[in-house]
Amino acid sequence: MAKATNTELVDLLGEKFGEQLFDVSEPYGLLTFSTNKDKVIEVLSFLKENGKINFNFLTDITAVHYPEKEKIAVVYHLHSMVSGIRVRLKVFLNEHAPTIASATVLWNGANWMERETYDFFGVKFEGHPDLRRILNMDELGVHPMLKQYPLEDPNRVDKKDEYFGR
Amino acid sequence: MNNNQPVYTDNDPQDELVTLNLGPTHPATHGVFQNILQMDGERIVSGVSTIGYIHRAFEKIAEHRPFYQITPLTDRLNYCSSPINNMGWHMTVEKLLNIQIPKRVDYLRVIIMELSRIADHIICNTIIAQDTGATTTFLYLFQYREHIYEIFEEICGARLTTNIGRIGGLERDFNEVAFAKINKFLKEFPVALKEFESLLNRNRIFIDRTKGVAEVTAENALSYSWTGPLLRATGIDYDVRVSEPYSSYQDFDFEIPVGTSGDVFDRYLVRNEEMWQSVRIIEQAIEKLKSEPKGIFHADVPDFYLPGKEEVYNNMEALIYHFKIVMGEIDAPKAEVYHAVEGGNGELGFYLINDGGRSPYRLHFRRPSFINYQMYAKMSEGMLLSDAIINMSSLNIIAGELDA
Repeated sequence: MAKATNTELVDLLGEKFGEQLFDVSEPYGLLTFSTNKDKVIEVLSFLKENGKINFNFLTDITAVHYPEKEKIAVVYHLHSMVSGIRVRLKVFLNEHAPTIASATVLWNGANWMERETYDFFGVKFEGHPDLRRILNMDELGVHPMLKQYPLEDPNRVDKKDEYFGR
Repeated sequence: MNNNQPVYTDNDPQDELVTLNLGPTHPATHGVFQNILQMDGERIVSGVSTIGYIHRAFEKIAEHRPFYQITPLTDRLNYCSSPINNMGWHMTVEKLLNIQIPKRVDYLRVIIMELSRIADHIICNTIIAQDTGATTTFLYLFQYREHIYEIFEEICGARLTTNIGRIGGLERDFNEVAFAKINKFLKEFPVALKEFESLLNRNRIFIDRTKGVAEVTAENALSYSWTGPLLRATGIDYDVRVSEPYSSYQDFDFEIPVGTSGDVFDRYLVRNEEMWQSVRIIEQAIEKLKSEPKGIFHADVPDFYLPGKEEVYNNMEALIYHFKIVMGEIDAPKAEVYHAVEGGNGELGFYLINDGGRSPYRLHFRRPSFINYQMYAKMSEGMLLSDAIINMSSLNIIAGELDA
């Protein structure tokens, strides 16, 4: 199969999903777009099963917290080993009730990636077979990668964020 | 009433399962991770993996550190091949900053990365042999890992957690001793590897213990997002060095070995063949270095490349740039970047989001050990305990990378 290009991919996805895909960009050649949370499984399974593009490999699932926007973005990296290109799919969730459908129906490998994302960001993956914490202890009580939790003891004066360019 | 008579009930003890805690500090797991197994005699009925014993919150720490201080964190992911992690991180930042690296630096980096790939594969393969009872092979080949660490010591001063290189290049050029040691290694290692292979490849005991153990189909491996030698042992020729060449890997002539059945024996063979290919790559790199201008070991990017201490003390400009980098007065672009390198046990990815400051807004490591390990409990079901131990060694799970 010939190497698919990002423009072909955008056309193909635009034809299928139209307005459901937005914020299309191409940072460093990696096609990035967003979708709504109720469409995510539909988009992922289209990417995985469409014979033309064939993104059969789930590279990674993670999340990013944007406290100013009150959002948590769940980020999927997919890889088409046939055509050798990657895509990045983002889904922005409300930080107060982050729930999204689980991708374990498509890839077994999504299991631990989603558990890790739940552990660190509190994103609830609906339909996940075993959504428990994975790296932190069960009694932790918080989701530590959220931006409101400081790294160091906040009373220390020598480790202020401003000294570190933030 | 005779109390000495055995009492038979409906619950025959022979039907009862035994709970076995394999780990967290079991010598056969080669790392801190626990599997709670339900055993029926020697056979595993089901298992649950518990991980996170050495979780150190690197992703959180990385959000509070400037880029050049994140390199030591990457050391401690897969500490059996830390130079690959270091280089992967440097290349991620260089991609973010659009820095062009001179060819000579690329080749020097390739030498370092391939040496650490050999070190990583030596550990895994000798330990498979060790766990099947072949101590001799372990001792024969393992000393070459020591020789590789001596080369690293000559290049950067450290052995295990190397913190090798800088953003924009290397901290210093290879010296004569380093090249001499590399050449000596290239001469001696193939002999030892040949000996290692002749002791195991057609060894009846070794084959009986490994062949057909923990077979994995290509579909299953893809579904579990396996990468690296494990995926290649199932027959899929995916290697980041070829599919998305970084650090001038496209200039080199090498092959990607693949297996067929994905069992322990195939994984062993794939790793062995990769060591041969790595030797080939290093030889080519040494040859290519001869036609490159001497003395170049970093790109000309004073804004981001930390100057050497001697420069800083004797040269005004270097002092200014040093001050600017350390005090964080140079901004990196607002962007997000994903960069992957072929680590010792799979695709090691760095997903970096920068908001314009000098430390990441978010940094996520795609750690191959973490993703490769999740099939372990599932694939152990129905397996003999002794096979499950060998299976674990052949997965090459490094606890540091598993838990980040």
